[in-house]
Amino acid sequence: MAFPRTTSALKRSLLAVAVAASASGAANAADRELLNASYDIARELFAEINPQFETWWENEHGESVEVSQSHNGSSAQARSIMQGLGADVVTFNQVTDVQVLADAGLVADDWQEAFDNNASPYYSTTAFLVRKGNPKNIESWDDLAGDDVEIVFPNPKTSGNGRYTYLAAWGAADKRFDGDEDKIRDYMKTFLGNVEVFDTGGRGATTSFIERDIGDVLISFESEVNNIRGEYGSDDYEVVVPPVSILAEFPVAVVDENAEKNDSADLAQAYLDYLYREDTQRLLAGFNYRVHDDTVVEEFADQFPDTELLEVEDVFGGWDQAMEKHFESGGLIDQLQRR
Amino acid sequence: MSAFAIRLPRRLSGSTRVLPGFGLSMGISVLFISLVLLLPMTGLFGQLAGLSLGEYWAIVSDPRVVASYTTTLGAAAVAALVNAAFGLLLAWVLVRYDFPGKRLVDALMDLPFALPTAVAGITLATLYAKSGWAGNVLEPLGIKVAYTWVGIALAMAFTSIPFVVRTVQPVLEDMPAEVDEAAMSLGASDGVGFRRVILPHLWPALVTGTGLAFVRSLGEFGAVIFIAGNTPYETEITSLMIFVKLQEYDYAGASAIASVLLFVSLALLFAINVWQGRFVRRLHGGKG
Repeated sequence: MAFPRTTSALKRSLLAVAVAASASGAANAADRELLNASYDIARELFAEINPQFETWWENEHGESVEVSQSHNGSSAQARSIMQGLGADVVTFNQVTDVQVLADAGLVADDWQEAFDNNASPYYSTTAFLVRKGNPKNIESWDDLAGDDVEIVFPNPKTSGNGRYTYLAAWGAADKRFDGDEDKIRDYMKTFLGNVEVFDTGGRGATTSFIERDIGDVLISFESEVNNIRGEYGSDDYEVVVPPVSILAEFPVAVVDENAEKNDSADLAQAYLDYLYREDTQRLLAGFNYRVHDDTVVEEFADQFPDTELLEVEDVFGGWDQAMEKHFESGGLIDQLQRR
Repeated sequence: MSAFAIRLPRRLSGSTRVLPGFGLSMGISVLFISLVLLLPMTGLFGQLAGLSLGEYWAIVSDPRVVASYTTTLGAAAVAALVNAAFGLLLAWVLVRYDFPGKRLVDALMDLPFALPTAVAGITLATLYAKSGWAGNVLEPLGIKVAYTWVGIALAMAFTSIPFVVRTVQPVLEDMPAEVDEAAMSLGASDGVGFRRVILPHLWPALVTGTGLAFVRSLGEFGAVIFIAGNTPYETEITSLMIFVKLQEYDYAGASAIASVLLFVSLALLFAINVWQGRFVRRLHGGKG
């Protein structure tokens, strides 16, 4: 007696599951799909770019596309992809994280030649956010080694953003002391000693500086400090772009292995090309990223002060060497931070 | 458990087991333990297999990592001891007294389990930073909590307090109030009654709870990371060192450091179990 009733209940619930599944299927009814694995703070950016690309592709090719996003720290994203996340393209903020994928055979070895400007459609640098009126008079990296300066930036051991800050400080000191490594080390010791809190990521550092009122200066990407100032009030904070800083590239690549598997190689290529188009570059500049398109560069000239941008390749002989000398266990940063 | 195991062989021959479906339930248990506990552990040791003994030692004895052990073990010990004292008090109040809102307080005890630890960490950091309510009051007095060692212990204490309360509570509930009344009627003062009658009874539960709280604190990441400040050699916890290794794609290194935490935890839990077995045997006059 109880048995038939259970089966019918079972059938009903199976039916419900089937309906739900087909309903969600209907929501994804696009002809083709693309997954972009990106860094943590790019959510808002790609939320604007993706719909524009979808419309553009549909007009050009007459098929609908749905671009999905996945966001996390870019090292974590690279790990996920190696462990099976089926992203077709990556848009990262760390050259090393794309390189890891290339080393694993998921991305072409010559990925930096696959797109213009080292496969970096936009770039940024490291800049300072100081409190209103710049009470500690912080204008350059040199000023950060002052006696009573408290600094906040994310941990170079856990954050690519923090790594750029470290390298920028080193590079600026290298220039100032003309390569005298003892002097650079002394400066770096003081500089690192002035750090109040080492958060694990860029957003954490922002919270410490803004919400917890810690430190005199927050160091982060120029794009990020400008966005923060926009969001938290231009009256309370000022952005300082130091005269010498570092070039932070935002590399992109097609994850060939996944794109082939998903039959989306053409789509992936077009999506990344789309980032170089004038309209998209304008949008990127609106998010305070520096771009390459000449027309857009001119339009936004006021927004991006002239700065000498050091390149990791020139100062440190490339990322591999920088990582090995400075950031690995027992590397320079471990020694410099020793008290 | 041990008594059960000893009696087992005699009963295995016949079909006279007390529990029906022993084979099935045992099978499911073993499967569950394998999938949920043993498989990840195997994975951990699998990662370690790629390291030579020298490499392993170099990783786990790196000065920065060693400094993190000191910070983590110290803060976890303080957190566990504070929890032992206050957890016992809380359990006592919840079992022995009736007061309005008691059920609410009782439910609140599980909050640290229910709350995502990162939320707890962010909340604590907000509260104890110099701009927060508590930090606002404490910092002028020269007491810095957030971004110091004290903050780490505080976050650990927060996430692990339920272990003490929830292990001591049922034992206290099983202990009728008549026991302390009897002690008092026989002339024991409050202090003596507590020390010589109540505490011995609670001792195993309290030690287990404190041990669990300690072990939980060793591995805590989410809650601690936001309030720790993460200053190298000073306020870096071992979980952060593991996280750093993962960021560097150094899985073997991460597993090596994790294994140190695991060994400490296992050794401690094992020691508690052994001690408890002895304690219970002594309590039962060696017949245990």
